[in-house]
Amino acid sequence: MLQGFVQIALILAILVATAPLLGRYMARVFLGQSTWLDKIARPLESLIFAGSGITKHPSMGATQYVSAALISNLVMGVFVFLILMFQGSLPLNPTGLAAPSWDLALHTAISFVTNTNQQHYSGETTYTYFSQAGALGFLMFTSAATGIAVAIAFIRGLTGQAIGNFYQDLVLSITRILLPISLVGAILLLVAGVPETLAGPAQVTTLEGATQWIARGPVAHFEIIKELGENGGGFFGINSAHPFENPNNFANLLETVIMMVIPAGLIITYGIMAGNPEQGWLIFWMVFILYGILIAIAAVGEFQGNPLINQILGETQPNLEGKEVRFGWVLTALWAVSTTGTMCGAVNGMHDSLMPPGGFVTLSDLFLQIIWGGQGTGTAYLFVFLILTVFLTGLMVGRTPEFLGRKIEKREIVLASLILLIHPIAILIPTAITLAFPDTLAGISNPGFHGISQVAYEYASAAANNGSGFEGLADNTLWWNLSASFSLIAGRYVPIVALIFLADGMARKQPVPETSGTLHTDTTLFTGITAGAIIILGALTFLPILVLGPVAEAFNLV
Amino acid sequence: MIRNFVISLRSTALLWILTALIYPAIVLVIGQLVFPYQANGSLITDSQGQVVGSALIGQTFTEEGYFWSRPSAINYSEGADASPTGISGASNLAPSNPDLLSRIEAEAQRLEDNAVQPTADLLYSSGSGLDPHISPAAAQAQFDRVAKARSIPPQELQSLITKHTEGRFLGIFGEPGVNVLTLNLALDNR
Repeated sequence: MLQGFVQIALILAILVATAPLLGRYMARVFLGQSTWLDKIARPLESLIFAGSGITKHPSMGATQYVSAALISNLVMGVFVFLILMFQGSLPLNPTGLAAPSWDLALHTAISFVTNTNQQHYSGETTYTYFSQAGALGFLMFTSAATGIAVAIAFIRGLTGQAIGNFYQDLVLSITRILLPISLVGAILLLVAGVPETLAGPAQVTTLEGATQWIARGPVAHFEIIKELGENGGGFFGINSAHPFENPNNFANLLETVIMMVIPAGLIITYGIMAGNPEQGWLIFWMVFILYGILIAIAAVGEFQGNPLINQILGETQPNLEGKEVRFGWVLTALWAVSTTGTMCGAVNGMHDSLMPPGGFVTLSDLFLQIIWGGQGTGTAYLFVFLILTVFLTGLMVGRTPEFLGRKIEKREIVLASLILLIHPIAILIPTAITLAFPDTLAGISNPGFHGISQVAYEYASAAANNGSGFEGLADNTLWWNLSASFSLIAGRYVPIVALIFLADGMARKQPVPETSGTLHTDTTLFTGITAGAIIILGALTFLPILVLGPVAEAFNLV
Repeated sequence: MIRNFVISLRSTALLWILTALIYPAIVLVIGQLVFPYQANGSLITDSQGQVVGSALIGQTFTEEGYFWSRPSAINYSEGADASPTGISGASNLAPSNPDLLSRIEAEAQRLEDNAVQPTADLLYSSGSGLDPHISPAAAQAQFDRVAKARSIPPQELQSLITKHTEGRFLGIFGEPGVNVLTLNLALDNR
């Protein structure tokens, strides 16, 4: 057990060392300062801007920004939906796959354009190499870039600057951040053993004479952006547990760190862009502590294993159901907390088979949305919580709440509440409907309390734009594809629209001069109160589900 | 509105060329030219040069003279169900599911009938259904059976197991695992 926690501590140390580096770099990129990539990236960007018809980069107003984000996402989504529907006639289809059902293709397109990558299919049996690399891999870049662009716009607005130009930030996110890191990472994964080929599955005769089909494909380039962009949609059905996606512990270490490095780094980016690095670090450590607690809960649960199975083994052994030997209990638990916290959604072990503490933690991650949080959006949600905490504490002491020298008024609170409330609406209402029809709609595969977790997890994963699942659930049905699509869209675009209007409104306010009565938000006390507010608001909303699901299951196992 | 639409169409096309065409092509060329073994799936051959599998993908073993792999929910992508694409998958059984308990009871019985002391990894099914490894303890639990079936001196078998055990990365990260396929192939090739 000690060795396991040493592994966790070292990986977290690597994160703490690398995230600020990337955070500082991202700040340089979006502040328009020079970086060492200028020589290669600038001509490429000029080409893209000229070819797209973007000659100047004036800052957009909120309405303009929102319509640019929504229209471009719509165009990309429709484009990908068409590729998926016509994949049977497109090249790079060595196994002769036909088009998927329209509802599955629709769910897939929405799921990838929203940076969720919830998959109601297995990659190797459903989508061609062209669909995976040409359609889904494309959205992995643009959906992540959309998230980063929105986060940067939000940070700018909060700190009183104009929110910027959506297209410019979208392109810069790809050419300066996502693509260069992916290129290096893909080559590292290649060396580690991740395939990159257009050849079809290898058909071999095993040592005992059976015929084995080994699925392959252009995986390495897909795998790295899957983690870096917090997309999480596996090339293969079983995602990063598959030895071709995650062959050894070098690959696993790289993938674990790289999925967290952008959301963790963006908090530091904020501190720099706001001219208050201290505030960035305070928030960073707040998230880090919450993250550490959740890791400990999940890891201990997996280490203690399943009491029913331990009786057969005659001793306490870790729970290894749905886990790979090479990762063991500790790296699977760490990954599970990280992937649900960051809204990556890739898995290196099956969440459905996690012990109840693991189910509790992964669900809590999806409910809170800020344990690093989604690509860009997670950082923005953190500030929404800061704004709400300013409001709450302002009410307590009877002052007009201010954040970063700007008054928090009705409009800000309405928009912040909308961001906060859309999450339970997109989770709890469809969960209730689905659970009302357990035989026809739900598709539950595990009996008892765990079945409730399966359904709630699927909608929570969709609404949080995570994409992982309790994958026993029979979810490739018309109901699941369409109802999860509702949660995907509501969980993505309602907050994005609200965030942009919130930021734009803040940017246009007259700054209030600082007085002796100003509440400082860059203190440990205030950060602690924020953590409390996050936990209380999350718990008040979702505790019933957690009690009915993993908590009840835990008591049932003893 | 219309202007946004036109810009979106054009930027989508250009970003598509960059991220879905140029980027994968670069990685593909590097993979095929510089790392062809890994890029094509780490396929390995027997002494006759016949491809027998991938060093990264496990297989089913039932014979006395082979080390056995972990339980797989998809039968290691073997047989008609896996044709033609290959498959991956897990049981997705919850810890509280009675099916998990009964499956593991049966598996423990089967192992004990074959004089193998069950270890956790030999009872629990893997995540991918393709796990190439078993734990060193699971290899030791099968040591006597394989040694007897092949009449191989214990020291030689032990050194083969050690040779096909992948340790932790940098001695720290992950868990050690014995690669079942490469070990069994080495046994065949002696």
